[in-house]
Amino acid sequence: MKTGFYPGCSMKGSAREYSESLMAVAKVLGRELPEIPDWNCCGATAAHNLDRDLALALPARILAAAEKAGMDEVLVPCAACYSRLSVTRHELLDAKGSEALRARISGLIEAEYRGSAKVVNILEWLAGIGGLEGLIQAPFARKVACYYGCLLVRPAGIVKFDRPEEPQSMDRLMKKIGAEPLDWAFKTECCGAGFSISRNDLVARLSGLILDDAVARGAEAVIVACPMCHLNLDMRRPNIEKRADKKFRIPVLYVTQAIGLALGIAPKKLGLQRHKVTVRFSPAVDKSPAETLPPSGTRPGEA
Amino acid sequence: MARIGVFICHCGENISATVDVAKVAAAAAKIPGVVHSVDYKYMCSDPGQQMVSSAIKEKNLTGVVVAACSPRMHEPTFRRACAEAGLNPFLCEMANIREHCSWVHEKGEATTNKAIDIVRTLVAKVKKNKALLPIKVPVTKTALVLGGGIAGIQASLDIANSGHKVILVEKEPSIGGHMSQLSETFPTLDCSQCILTPRMVEVAQNPNITLYSYAELESLEGFIGNFKARIRKKARSLDEKLCTGCGLCCQKCPTKKIASDFDAGLGMRPAIYVPFPQAVPNKPVIDREHCTYYLKGKCRLCEKVCPTQAIRFDQADEIVEVEVGAVVMATGFDIKHGDFFPEYGYGNYRDVIDGLQFERMASASGPTLGEMRRPSDGKVPEIVVFIACAGSRDPAKGIEYCSKICCMYTAKHAMLYRHKVHHGKPYVFYMDIRAGGKMYEEFVRRAIEEDGVQYIRGRVSRIYERGGKLIVKGADTLLGARPMEIEADMVVLATAGVANPGAEALAQKVHISYDSHHFYSEAHPKLRPVETNTAGIFLAGACQAPKDIPESVAQASGAAAKVAALFSQDELIREPLIAVVDRQAPPLYSTCVGCFLCQTSCPYQAIEKEEIRGRDGQLIKTVAKVNPGLCQGCGTCVALCRSKSIDIQGFSHEQVYAEVLALLNRGESDV
Repeated sequence: MKTGFYPGCSMKGSAREYSESLMAVAKVLGRELPEIPDWNCCGATAAHNLDRDLALALPARILAAAEKAGMDEVLVPCAACYSRLSVTRHELLDAKGSEALRARISGLIEAEYRGSAKVVNILEWLAGIGGLEGLIQAPFARKVACYYGCLLVRPAGIVKFDRPEEPQSMDRLMKKIGAEPLDWAFKTECCGAGFSISRNDLVARLSGLILDDAVARGAEAVIVACPMCHLNLDMRRPNIEKRADKKFRIPVLYVTQAIGLALGIAPKKLGLQRHKVTVRFSPAVDKSPAETLPPSGTRPGEA
Repeated sequence: MARIGVFICHCGENISATVDVAKVAAAAAKIPGVVHSVDYKYMCSDPGQQMVSSAIKEKNLTGVVVAACSPRMHEPTFRRACAEAGLNPFLCEMANIREHCSWVHEKGEATTNKAIDIVRTLVAKVKKNKALLPIKVPVTKTALVLGGGIAGIQASLDIANSGHKVILVEKEPSIGGHMSQLSETFPTLDCSQCILTPRMVEVAQNPNITLYSYAELESLEGFIGNFKARIRKKARSLDEKLCTGCGLCCQKCPTKKIASDFDAGLGMRPAIYVPFPQAVPNKPVIDREHCTYYLKGKCRLCEKVCPTQAIRFDQADEIVEVEVGAVVMATGFDIKHGDFFPEYGYGNYRDVIDGLQFERMASASGPTLGEMRRPSDGKVPEIVVFIACAGSRDPAKGIEYCSKICCMYTAKHAMLYRHKVHHGKPYVFYMDIRAGGKMYEEFVRRAIEEDGVQYIRGRVSRIYERGGKLIVKGADTLLGARPMEIEADMVVLATAGVANPGAEALAQKVHISYDSHHFYSEAHPKLRPVETNTAGIFLAGACQAPKDIPESVAQASGAAAKVAALFSQDELIREPLIAVVDRQAPPLYSTCVGCFLCQTSCPYQAIEKEEIRGRDGQLIKTVAKVNPGLCQGCGTCVALCRSKSIDIQGFSHEQVYAEVLALLNRGESDV
């Protein structure tokens, strides 16, 4: 099984620490993640708002390149890239009229797309690695709010991964590394996503609600698996605090960073210093929220 | 020499739109042996049938092929027409050029040619048909009713009152079903138990009804009029004849904190229990999974206090074998439980409950004695949100259908809540209000207008707990999809009605068909709603699809009427399409070599050994023989017989080979 790595733009830029921590973790886990040769932009939000063919051709070209390089699956850590690649794979392989569409897109990208490479997200990939528990050096014994965002588990019919409304895969991963995932309300709520540029007032409000609930339930960190979510919750923290008129000290970690810490990897190698919000674990806010708000019982199926 | 008549039907335009019927008729006329070939718009109509019977008489036909729809549809019609014209009905065959041809292909020459091929095949077969005589079998005039809910109770009473014996089997310790759990019923708000319990008592007292409660069907064999059922009477761990139902054992049992199924998990019961005070029969059972004696080998307190020494710890399950002529399936339904709605916290937050739990909470005999008390802390909920269509009509949840009863019971719930908590605020989130039924719409209007229930058209996206409140996030789609948030004290989900967990296994046990949701399939969705495709097995109530009490009762009476009609005859006439073992003149007697592979393979135990003896009584050989009453004509033995000594009448080797050869364009000469 050869797994290819698709970085997309964010892993080379705003989310460098996501990429750094992923590579550091992969090294400890003994997994190689070669980059897809000559990869290109996935099209992100822009392409599918403008041109359907373009929105399909860009990811198809990436996947065709992966296939050509003999990769059986493609790890896509960015949730937006993951969504674009998954949707394209679905449209070209499983959807109605996919055969004609596949032929047309293959013509556009001047390469044959067969669909042999599977698209996996970071949680899926990590969950598939056995023996993680055995490698833990320093259990990440923190109360964490696992934040999945909008795209990792949706659309359910296409990604066919976890439960779309109350996902559990990240919670299970966090348990494996010794953390205590909390039952909270904003697991899949919107952070404001791409409005980060054009309407950051909106992002400040939506992301503020997410932090508010995480803090109120006593979380010591928010764990994310999406560069966009991280950017909004971390880099937009000043906007959030201004709008909410209060300070939030809670750090936002990539899932790979939390795992990296548990595996005993040095914080610097995980890029923790790159965050805007200092990574310091202390029960947040002024009064102890854990006492005013009891956690809401056990989750189904986990007792 | 065969004289075959071929009759091509247009089926209105169902066939003629894609098949050139005139060409088929012309081609059929050229097949050797065909002496008459015509087409007609509606062959199944009276004039169409007339065409068949007059042709039989005028042209002296020895066989008839009707090229029309599936034999499931009209074979009986045309066979009857043939019989009336004096031709043995089994000399008539259907060539299915509708389901197998016109409906599944485009218009064109290939389609017409396929229709011609199908006709030619059947002509070749009918030439080999033999006149057969129907089989007569006796009818056992006892009905087996599975399930003692309102549908099973009604069916049992109706059959019993028409003078026939009924065996009623209920898997729970008491009959009554879901209806006995309900508080009040829509649209009249009469107390469910008050109208149900007299019927339950009637069942117990009716001399024609034998009740097996705490029992399940083990197996069912046989066929219409002649079923053999084995019923497992689960061990109650007491002697029912000695027990007086005094209830002392239940009072004294030290294990008291077992979640009560009857109270939908909201109340507790002891390890020896009667599910509810009005139970029929009013005899307790010991729950061996929780009883201290079975777990630890000590206690036996119930045995000590029992005034009649009725407790039997060593009692084993008992298998009862009964013979019945008809079966009524009335096994009811369930609602979705558990981890079905993670976004609503169902199964996670204690104050998110389902409809049945609300019924128990509202019931005067329930765990709160009818007071509105939320499960988590026993407080009176001031704001309650009811969510209709929790799962129903939601393909994302795998349930596309409407559960039908939820609109009405949700209106009732909100109303009952308001009647009990006057200052409370009930909200209902709904997709559409489906209140079709006598006085149903009026009932919903009453909830909205008189009882002040606030209806919000929209879906709930998420429920979570914050500060002891349940935050319900939804949208009001009548106000421009305005997002809304309600801080509720309790949420009631009208979770989808689904088939019972054991429904599929039971259907396979009794050999009836079921749909993808495991609801039992009726023989025809409009015209045969209470029959199954298995003769002699009928449907009543929500095991067929979610339905309310009046509908269940109506269907149960319908099923009972079908059973009574079946039992009005002493003998049944069966089609003779069964297996027969070859018999010949001496000295061979039969080509059967007596290996009896067929006997072990027969799923219906229809094959017996026959000893052929000479006049002096000396055994000549032992050969297989098919019991015509038991054989279902499945053909398993035919496939296994090594000496090709078994044939299915009407589908003999000769007939099937003739069909195949005709299809291969050979064998036209071998008439």
